Amino acid sequence: MNETPVLVIGLGNEFRRDDFAGVEAVRRLKKNNAGVKILELSGEGTSLMDAWEGCDRVILIDAVNSSAAPGTFRRLDVGKTPVPANYFSCSTHNFGVAEAIELSRSLDRLPDQIELYGIEGKDFSPGEGLSAEVEEAVGRVVEEIQKRFQSP
Amino acid sequence: MTKKTRTIKVDYLARVEGEGALYIKIKDDVVQDVKLKIFEPPRFFEAFLQGRDFREAPDITARICGICPVAYQMSAIHAMENALGIQLDGPLREIRRLMYCGEWIESHVLHIYMLHAPDFLGYEDAVRMAKDHKGIVERGLQLKKVGNEIVSLIGGREIHPINARVGGFYKVFAKPELDGLKERLKWARDAALETVRWTAQLPFPEFEQDYEFVALSHPEEYAFNEGRLVSNRGLDIAVADYENHFVEEHVEHSNALHSVLKERDSYFVGPMARYNLNFDQLSPLAQEAALEAGLGRECTNPFKSIVVRSVEVLYACDEALRILESYEKPERPYVDLEPRKSTGYACTEAPRGILYHRYSMDSEGKIVTARIVPPTSQNQKTIENDLWKFVPKFLDLPEEKLTWQCEQAIRNYDPCISCATHFLKLDLERV
Repeated sequence: MNETPVLVIGLGNEFRRDDFAGVEAVRRLKKNNAGVKILELSGEGTSLMDAWEGCDRVILIDAVNSSAAPGTFRRLDVGKTPVPANYFSCSTHNFGVAEAIELSRSLDRLPDQIELYGIEGKDFSPGEGLSAEVEEAVGRVVEEIQKRFQSP
Repeated sequence: MTKKTRTIKVDYLARVEGEGALYIKIKDDVVQDVKLKIFEPPRFFEAFLQGRDFREAPDITARICGICPVAYQMSAIHAMENALGIQLDGPLREIRRLMYCGEWIESHVLHIYMLHAPDFLGYEDAVRMAKDHKGIVERGLQLKKVGNEIVSLIGGREIHPINARVGGFYKVFAKPELDGLKERLKWARDAALETVRWTAQLPFPEFEQDYEFVALSHPEEYAFNEGRLVSNRGLDIAVADYENHFVEEHVEHSNALHSVLKERDSYFVGPMARYNLNFDQLSPLAQEAALEAGLGRECTNPFKSIVVRSVEVLYACDEALRILESYEKPERPYVDLEPRKSTGYACTEAPRGILYHRYSMDSEGKIVTARIVPPTSQNQKTIENDLWKFVPKFLDLPEEKLTWQCEQAIRNYDPCISCATHFLKLDLERV
């Protein structure tokens, strides 16, 4: 079992369809009592930096648009490796997640352990509801995080 | 010189909130076309609001923008209160103003330090700027955080502020609960003053223009939440008359609409407009800092908007402190309002400029129609006009540098394109 408390931050906008994936994921983690601290944010970068201040172990979940198949997700160890260029090219926010991570790295303010679950979105148009592919991916991400951090 | 055919293409507009698209066509060193494209105005939200209870509008519209939720909330609240014929005063009004100060600090500081300053200092972005100017970037982050703290404390610590409501607030605070903000704001006021001094010495191109500035104006204060709509060319109207004077024109290249003054044409909203129209109502400290920074009482160079924004941050810190000093807990958190068949109008000063809302509700309080005009769509035509004049001065520059200059010119307006759209691309083309 992992001793360090984990903060899971879900990012997104519920009125941008698949952009909501990260927030939906942390809501499910909360509902399932996954034993992690959760937070919902819009994705504005400097607020994100404030949110993880003082946390040693952080997991971010966000929708991405990197030309992969919708619903695929990747877990990136962004504490060690920079966020791939254009990973968030559809983001509604411009000082966003990638910038927050890289600026924190420059300023030596990155949490000791920080990972990003990037869920490939399909539809970012104004509206509500996740596409079927992303809905399914959110389920898998939630399951994976629960397995990793469940008390024995 | 032989005539050249050149094409510059940039895929997206960096460092504006949201993503923008610009297309510029230059033929034989003459600008042929400038199109700022915005694809999706907040029409989804206008439709989404129909049939909803009037009390839901502030929370729903707050989600339009991750950067200025308070502005959306405030315009919605004031429009509903206008419809129902009430106007709050005293401490409830003051708390709203305090919350708006927080948003101005957050939003302006984000733009000044993270999005606009790298242009002037020659960095691709704030991440690269931070490597050489660590102390400055840290100051920006700390200053922005003070704005966050105000909005989170008063607005509620959720993804979007949730505490403000039609008629007042769900929860109001005793004086001691807000006292902690004072020390933070005193630090912030000093940092804001340093910000004014720092931005004042950035290099600015000569680009004074003749604009029609439009802002709210209030007899007793630097207007945030209420006032008349005025301009430097004689406009002086009640907010309810907005649609009699401003029209949104369809433009072929964009799904968005260009907002223009019927009597004249394009106009300019935001910090520059407020500064030029309401300078006398800035606090003495903010006025003094502005003059010391060499702004003068009038400023018509949009590149200097970064200094004006800094002056407004200083003002917002000063004003927040004034409110906290004289604050008394309201006797009740809100006034309960009974719906009736009515229409209400409001403009408030979002960090980027006037944000207009109009709602009609039925006798049960269900929203029948909603209309939202964000500041960015109002500035869009002015931005295009700037580019028509600005680009010819820099035609000798290599493509990459010219593109950057254009992006910087757009960033002068801190366009919150995410309010109006999602996907936007930038194309600069020379043929």
